[in-house]
Amino acid sequence: MNLEKKIERLTLLLRLDGELDMHTASTLRHAIDSEIEKRGIRTVILNLQGVQFVDSSGLGVILGRYKKLLPLGGKLKITNVPPHIYKIMELSGLPKIISFYVDEAHAYEEGRGA
Amino acid sequence: MKSNQISLTFSSIPENVSLARLLIASVGGQLDLSLNDIEELKVAVSEAVSNAIIHGYQNVPNNIVYLDLDITNNLLTIVVKDEGCGISNVEQAMQPAYSTDPERMGLGFVFMQSFMDELQVKSALEEGTIVTMKKHFKQTPISSH
Repeated sequence: MNLEKKIERLTLLLRLDGELDMHTASTLRHAIDSEIEKRGIRTVILNLQGVQFVDSSGLGVILGRYKKLLPLGGKLKITNVPPHIYKIMELSGLPKIISFYVDEAHAYEEGRGA
Repeated sequence: MKSNQISLTFSSIPENVSLARLLIASVGGQLDLSLNDIEELKVAVSEAVSNAIIHGYQNVPNNIVYLDLDITNNLLTIVVKDEGCGISNVEQAMQPAYSTDPERMGLGFVFMQSFMDELQVKSALEEGTIVTMKKHFKQTPISSH
């Protein structure tokens, strides 16, 4: 899995490309946690446009980052989810917990100036 | 009666989960399955193999995971076997949101159950776990040449 990273103030944007399973989940976990710890990142936006596969290990890592950010007053946002990936996420109940956006612009917009 | 059997044995390392998916996707492509069905098979296999590595073998890498596929008539049978620690309470382990690890969602068996027509789990402590999943499909899959 490839990760493209963009940091703007306290927001980390990650564009994911590839398969999100138990193997690649640890890469994603490390990429997010290290930025939270190093730079005090409080908003994480995950762009899933390039994700071809996700299973419960991948979903677990996403939920885990949400749980990590919550007590820090942070937020996790998900954008650009391909339909077949959304189906799996829906079955897991994740969209009831985490905010989904059509694109990065909408994810950046929400909460800005609040 | 036409049938096909395929077996893959591999080390219990995370890198091999994608290999198992590749095999089921390729076999699924030969059957009369929709792309959506193939996606679901990939998730089911991914969950079963991940469970074998994470729970069965407790992430210890030098163990073997067995993946056996059988296609007979219009039935695909997938068997994922490990010789790991086993599950003490299979019924409890299969409950949604049951997980021994807070980073995990406890959805592995839920996905297997949702995406397959049949799911059977046999486990014995210190002996291992056998997950058998079945999926029916429409037409005769194997070409006759």
